[in-house]
Amino acid sequence: MSNIIEDCLEETCAISAHPISDYESELPRWCKGCGDFGVLTSLQRVLGKNNVDPENVVAVSGIGCSSRLPHYLNTYGFHGIHGRALPIATGVRIARPELKVIVTMGDGDCFSIGGNHWLHAIRYNINAVVLVLDNEVYALTKMQVSPTTPGGWQTNTTPRGNELRPMNPVSAVVGMTNVSFVAQTATWLPAHLDETMEKAWEHKGLSFVRILQRCPVFMPTAFGDGGANFPIVFLENENGIPINPVLLKRGPSQPHDHGNINEAQRVAATVDPAPMGLIYHNPDIPTYEEARFGRRSRPDHETFVRRLDEVMDRYAV
Amino acid sequence: MSGPNLLRLSEHIVEIVSDAGEGAQKAAISFAQVCAKAGNGLWTVEIIPSEIQPPPHTTGSASGNRIRLAQRSAVSNAGDLANVVFAFNEMALLSRLEAGSIADDALILIDNQWATHNMEAYQNSYRKVLEMVRSRGGTVMEIPLEAETLRYVEDPRRGKNMFAVGLLCALYNKNLETLKEVIQAVFKKKTRDVVDSAIKLASAGYQYGLTNFETRFDVPALPTDTQKVAMNGNTALAIGAVAAGFDLCSMYPITPATSASHVLSEIFEDFGGFVHQAEDEIAAIGVALGASFAGKTALTITSGPGMALKTEFQGLAVMTEIPLVIVDVQRGGPSTGLPTKIEQGDLLHALFGAPGDAPKVIMAASTIEECYYILSTARKIAEEFRMLVIVLSDANLATGQQLFDRPGVSKTPHQQPLDLSPVGEDALYYNWDSVTGLSQRIIPGQPGGMGVITSLNHDRDGKACYDSERNQRAHKMRSRKLAALQKSLHAPELHGAEEGDLLLVGWGSTRGAIEEAVDKARDEGLAVSSVCIQFLSPLPPGLKEIFSRFRKVITVELNYSDDLDDPLITPENRRYGQLAMILRASTLHDIDCYAEVPGRPFMPVEIYGEIQRQLNTGSTAKQPTTATANPIGN
Repeated sequence: MSNIIEDCLEETCAISAHPISDYESELPRWCKGCGDFGVLTSLQRVLGKNNVDPENVVAVSGIGCSSRLPHYLNTYGFHGIHGRALPIATGVRIARPELKVIVTMGDGDCFSIGGNHWLHAIRYNINAVVLVLDNEVYALTKMQVSPTTPGGWQTNTTPRGNELRPMNPVSAVVGMTNVSFVAQTATWLPAHLDETMEKAWEHKGLSFVRILQRCPVFMPTAFGDGGANFPIVFLENENGIPINPVLLKRGPSQPHDHGNINEAQRVAATVDPAPMGLIYHNPDIPTYEEARFGRRSRPDHETFVRRLDEVMDRYAV
Repeated sequence: MSGPNLLRLSEHIVEIVSDAGEGAQKAAISFAQVCAKAGNGLWTVEIIPSEIQPPPHTTGSASGNRIRLAQRSAVSNAGDLANVVFAFNEMALLSRLEAGSIADDALILIDNQWATHNMEAYQNSYRKVLEMVRSRGGTVMEIPLEAETLRYVEDPRRGKNMFAVGLLCALYNKNLETLKEVIQAVFKKKTRDVVDSAIKLASAGYQYGLTNFETRFDVPALPTDTQKVAMNGNTALAIGAVAAGFDLCSMYPITPATSASHVLSEIFEDFGGFVHQAEDEIAAIGVALGASFAGKTALTITSGPGMALKTEFQGLAVMTEIPLVIVDVQRGGPSTGLPTKIEQGDLLHALFGAPGDAPKVIMAASTIEECYYILSTARKIAEEFRMLVIVLSDANLATGQQLFDRPGVSKTPHQQPLDLSPVGEDALYYNWDSVTGLSQRIIPGQPGGMGVITSLNHDRDGKACYDSERNQRAHKMRSRKLAALQKSLHAPELHGAEEGDLLLVGWGSTRGAIEEAVDKARDEGLAVSSVCIQFLSPLPPGLKEIFSRFRKVITVELNYSDDLDDPLITPENRRYGQLAMILRASTLHDIDCYAEVPGRPFMPVEIYGEIQRQLNTGSTAKQPTTATANPIGN
């Protein structure tokens, strides 16, 4: 009996479920070996796993290599302007809270030109998955220093080496009021990337995920040659990002209480080894939609007209 | 209740000025309300310092209002020189004299406490300013404003404005009971004690006026059977946005635009609307664009510096053909400029601010009443043509109050639910009609319509492309929509005769003053007409033909132009007013301009002076500026 039910369930799921191909559009035009491919696949997997109707998803991006991602995802997409993906995403959420919103940005896009929008989007806590594909360099404009480029590294605008230390975006985000979800992962850890994406998708609020990925063309040696020699530590928590035992070959793990903001800030401030996993999570922070929609109600036409007349009364002479 | 002499007038202009924070604004608003309730037509202008608490007893601290009241209900502008000024101190009065806004023979009411003030400097400046007023031919009536107020309240700073408004109501033969009602409404959020005290002071001021004015004025309202409302242009824009069916206003605080968002923040949610105050001007337009992309109707409201920051997103709106409305309540520029004062300096920026070729619709409101209706038109055009529509207002409309016919709400269109019907496989993101450039948009949530809209050049399918042919085509299609819109516009109507010696061309809030000046000139037999252009992009049809019927054509604008009498300036290097520049380019007509930046509305008398200069071909010299020498010295 139970077998029959299971078979039926499987069949029903198979009928309504969207195969991965439902989320694929044109062939990506990224460079060979680019980490963006992995993020795209991971996103398509999480959409498929959650059986999301593609027409109810909006992917918003800025400008840069990673911001081409919406072109390759068969959902609605808005490939906008440099640094400004988050205001557009906020507008979509305010207008149509029933739509799922994914935002993809690069490090220069989000942390530099979009810095103001970035910090305030965290404060608004709109319900969206916000992915920063951080390759520590401006790549589409051909190798200029970015806010996260390591000190001493040579780029076309720092030919004698970057004089500044790299910023720590994760630490900045965890310091922001109303932060509700912060995770860090890397494209050379595909299983961890998938689990992180799933966790980010489940969260109600702004899920901020920094994804480390190397640019094979302009920064091939970044992140210890693309993760091979990059010190990391996995954050361990039964409600955090699951750690596949295979991953432990890449680095050790340590227990972490992602529900404790002080712990999260301490861990986020650490860069060597880089923490991988769920750094902070507070599902109880109200989203912008929840905080702001309380009084809003669309009246029927008669009420609308009556209220408009009442407003006019206030100015009648 | 009439005094010994009651002088009947068709209209009058009163200014009430005090130090910032002393309540001249509130007094003026109350007086204007009393006039409105009496049925007088009116136009008010705020006199606002740029700081919240500027140093007191200086010309920079002057705060208050100008009120033009008339027998007729239709008052279209702030008028000429003030006939009556009620000044709480002589420096506030001096600021108005320096601004050239007071008639030489004006009646000046002023608090006499400064004559005997323990600061000698105040005594001296008080004496000098009053001497100056008298030497110009003005009448001064010194009022024991502070002393009288102290009989009723302990802190005269909180109350003398009410004494003043009572006194003005007596001067203009208004009803005291109406004033009491108005005070109760104005102070409705205050305690009973505050209201009682205000009414007591107003009544005392009224009584003082009845006893002491030898001559009083009467501006009886002409009877009207239409219901009227009185509001400022920003309020009209805000309520107009609701009536037009907007869903979202996304904004960032900026003078003089913000008060529209205050009104919306108060009422919008009751209509299902939403005000989002963004982290900056860029995000404000970005959020509006995102909401509009998602199918809702959004606008953003700003002023010059905000327009500058919004240009990148304007380009995106044009490129992606997402409907969007921007309201630019213009102020003095460039840069921070004159934040609280009027200028029509953003026309060329609105037209050309975004890089690349970014065709967009630009409309200008010319009256406060039009501020109410213009957003319905803007919304329709934005949606039908998938275009960016910029609506230009200005500080004069924004903060002035006008009486106009109460808009009917019964014809408010029904809000349609979003059309989320499935999209066929062959549907295109930009299915441009090859003649008009128009296309149907697809919004998120429509099954089968998945795809990306991009800021990159794209073809009909929405996909990015970089080749010459498709770049040319995309530009052509976006531009063509303007031509299609232009075909649906009518040639503008002339004010005055269809032909003549001189045509004044204006846009925006200068309309009322221009038409008043034209009426005066025509009454004197001059062959002058005027035309107000509402659509600045696309320009309406027929302009060239209209211009050809006049011997001379000039624009009248509140923006900067070089004066031909200035050093180094020649007809070749002269920079023209902004509308003049556009009209010269589009009609090849040799259009002159009267374009100045006084930081206040044009007075009809100034425009009348320009008409005379233009028609008196011998002299092109402008009259000297109206600023009066500072008798105090610097």
